[in-house]
Amino acid sequence: MSVHDFYVLSPYIAMAGAALLIILLDLALPKKGLLPYLTFAALAGPLLMSVIQVIDLGNATSLLEGSDAFASTEPSILLGVLSVDRFALFFNFLIIGSVALVALASADYMKNMARFQGEYFALILFAATGMMLLAAATELITIYVSLELTTLPMAALTVFLMNSRSSEAGIKFLIIGAVSSALMLYGMALVFGFTGSTELAVISEAVGKATGDLPFGNYALFVGIILMIAGFGFKLSAAPFQMWVPDVYEGGPTPVIGFLSVASKAAAFAIVIRVFFTGFFDVALDWGILIAGIAAASMVIGNLVAISQSNIRRLFGYSTISHAGYILVGVAAGVKSGESIFKVPEFAPIGLDSVLFYLVAYAAANLTAFFAITIISSKIKSDQISDYTGLSARNPVLAILLALSLLALIGVPPTGIFIAKLYVFTAAVDSGLVWLAILGVINSAVSAYYYVRIIRVMFIQPSRDGEKITASPAPWLALWVAGSAMVFMGIAPGFVMEAAQSAVEALPV
Amino acid sequence: MVDLVWFQLLSAILFVIGLYGVMARRSAVLIIMSIELMLNAVNINLIAAASHMEGTGKFSDFDGQLIAIFIITVAAAEVGLALAIILRMFKNRSTVNVDEINLMKW
Repeated sequence: MSVHDFYVLSPYIAMAGAALLIILLDLALPKKGLLPYLTFAALAGPLLMSVIQVIDLGNATSLLEGSDAFASTEPSILLGVLSVDRFALFFNFLIIGSVALVALASADYMKNMARFQGEYFALILFAATGMMLLAAATELITIYVSLELTTLPMAALTVFLMNSRSSEAGIKFLIIGAVSSALMLYGMALVFGFTGSTELAVISEAVGKATGDLPFGNYALFVGIILMIAGFGFKLSAAPFQMWVPDVYEGGPTPVIGFLSVASKAAAFAIVIRVFFTGFFDVALDWGILIAGIAAASMVIGNLVAISQSNIRRLFGYSTISHAGYILVGVAAGVKSGESIFKVPEFAPIGLDSVLFYLVAYAAANLTAFFAITIISSKIKSDQISDYTGLSARNPVLAILLALSLLALIGVPPTGIFIAKLYVFTAAVDSGLVWLAILGVINSAVSAYYYVRIIRVMFIQPSRDGEKITASPAPWLALWVAGSAMVFMGIAPGFVMEAAQSAVEALPV
Repeated sequence: MVDLVWFQLLSAILFVIGLYGVMARRSAVLIIMSIELMLNAVNINLIAAASHMEGTGKFSDFDGQLIAIFIITVAAAEVGLALAIILRMFKNRSTVNVDEINLMKW
């Protein structure tokens, strides 16, 4: 390995290093209360290296623009295994940002835990390393290993409460995760057997030659790609691979679930986009319709089952399934069938732009909601929606922030998800998926019912218990940052939108 | 040399037996064993595909064998974690029967 290889790897090395550092400090530190702040500080390393690489890529582009050379951004490719381009760096920032907020929000929550506080933060950082690698991976072995590096620490974190519900959630998560990764591996084995390579670039060439009358060109690819979609569907928490989601959301520690719903989902979307758009694009019309079907199923199942939930975390489990559906509409909209009579797939970048924008907007809104729930549930020791009565009297600011995030999740202006939904559904109409856009709009309207029900309980029904709900400054800071990001993205979406567009441009479709 | 199809058939059968085991078995430990069977079916498929690629011009750097080694390694980590969680569950509930692990549904 050369020095440049280490430079390309530096954000990932820094992230894994931060995790090891936290384990070491945990041994030496007498005051465990400092650990969330140390985790927050340790993120400076990966953040700095990512910023340097973004600036470097920017300079490389402006240098190339002057000459006649190929003007697109040159990704820093590592042995055909990782491609640390703008696309990967976009997700680096999203993941580092959510880890930072989750670390701060865990400050109060961790005080209930007598032991293993250092391991808690170290596992979050290890999972984040896996997610960052997943966004950059361009080769099947790397994809598998980084996928497991995300799943295994998340499974361990789910069991952290050590009670029956938590361990039940953990075993369900791990077993369904292992089965789905076995399915994905079987798909990978078939794709490898057919194409003779594990690198997406080489796979893409071989797939291009395979086009025949069959869907996906041939049986090995047909079965292989469907099994890979099933494996990734688990990570996306999309229906029909969603069985684990509500249980894990109900049983696991609240900050961890917030992290799982935001960062893990973003990384899964990154790898789905990378694999399907750079590896299997020549058969895009075949998998495009599959993705559209999964999107429709996720939206409908998520929203319908959420209506009857009485536990707020379980409700968010179904809500996250429906949001996976909305985002998948954007993925399906990334492909449109070409004008010519030979049905050739055409790349529609606006679909993927909308996916990346949605992921950031969803991260802000969902983290706001989960941080508010963390503060409330560690005080009232309950997750039942009926126990949220009179929250507006017990802590008005908290109630307003939670209400705002719930409105954001419906897609009410002026919040980020309103713009994101508009963006996704416009892209869908552009790519000829009008039915999917209509279904999405209907589902958004249905979702208003169960989100507004929580707001009604908080503001209208009187409380049985008048005690104020308080929290220390760190969770408040996390809540405010996430909340203002959520509103800011609705008022001034330009910055994130441009970042998303330049990230998608870097993809070699 | 034995035809590739036979290896793929063996692998497919083993995989389906593993999948059946995951769905039909009641003990969490046996479910983990069934998952191992699924992963080993994948390994057979990969190694057979890789060794049949020799001489076809597609053969590149033992990629198939490499994935198999990675799968074995990661599977070991996965089983370690799974057994730890099962142990935790046994302490909480004194059972590892998945039919009785039903605190949360719908």
